[in-house]
Amino acid sequence: MIIELNNRIETLEAGQLTVNELLELKNFTFRMLVIKINGHLVKKDQYDTALINDGDKVMVLHLVSGG
Amino acid sequence: MNTKQIAERLAGFTVGIAGAGGLGSNCAVALVRCGLKNLVVADFDVVQPGNLNRQYYFLDQLGMKKVAALELNLNRIVKGLHLQMVDKKLVPADIINLFKHCDVIVEAFDDKAQKQMLIETVLGNFPDKPLIIGSGMAGWGANNMLVTRQFDKIYVCGDQESEIADNLPPLGPRVGIVANMQANQVMEILLGKMNCDDY
Repeated sequence: MIIELNNRIETLEAGQLTVNELLELKNFTFRMLVIKINGHLVKKDQYDTALINDGDKVMVLHLVSGG
Repeated sequence: MNTKQIAERLAGFTVGIAGAGGLGSNCAVALVRCGLKNLVVADFDVVQPGNLNRQYYFLDQLGMKKVAALELNLNRIVKGLHLQMVDKKLVPADIINLFKHCDVIVEAFDDKAQKQMLIETVLGNFPDKPLIIGSGMAGWGANNMLVTRQFDKIYVCGDQESEIADNLPPLGPRVGIVANMQANQVMEILLGKMNCDDY
C-alpha cells in the first residue's frame, strides 16, 4: 500500500497495518507520541487496533522534553 | 505592512500560551514587542535560579510566580496590554476553557507528557485551531537542525530530537531560537505569509 507518512509518500509491502505495526516497521522508538490518521487523533490505547490502509495520511509526531 | 500596520493587525487577535518557562516567556515578549495586546498565559511554577539561563526573568524575581513576574515584565515593554495570567497546572478542562477564544495556541511546556496532553486536548476539541509546538531544543549549536514542520494546523518548531538531560541542558540560545520561531509562526498565521513585493 501507499500512505503519506509525515508529509512523505511511503510505499509499504503490507496491505494494512495497525499503528503499532507501523511504528515497529519504521523503527519509531520514541515513547511520547501524538498520532493522527486522516486528521483523526489516535490515542495510545488504540495503537493495537487502529488500522492504516492504502491512501491514508498519517502523522506520527514524537515529543521530547525541554522548554 | 509597516510596523504600525502590523501592530494594529495583531491587536485584533488573542494568543494563548501554555507555559511561561523558556519557550513561553520569550515567545510572549517577542509577540508583545510586535503589537500583540491580548494574551492568555498559564503556568504554575515559580522563578528559580536555574531558570535564568534562558527564561525572561530577573534576579530580583526569584521566588515569584512566573505568571506574576511575566506580567510585570511584559507591562514594562508595552502599554495597554490585556493579559490573562493564570497560575495553575493545566488539566484538559482548563485548556478547553482558557484557550477556546484564542486564535492561536502556543505549546510552551517543558515536560513531554504535558506536551502530549495539551496537543491531544487541542486536537480533540479544537481541531481547526492553529497549534504551535516546541519539541527538541536542548544543548547548543546545530543551528540548522532547528526547523518548523507543519502537519495540517499543527506546527512543530525545534529539532524534534535533542531531549534535555544532565549533560544536555536547555540553554538560552537554542531555547530562545525555538521560542522566537514559535512567535514568528504566530505572526505568519495571524498576518499571512510575508509578501516580498511589500518591500
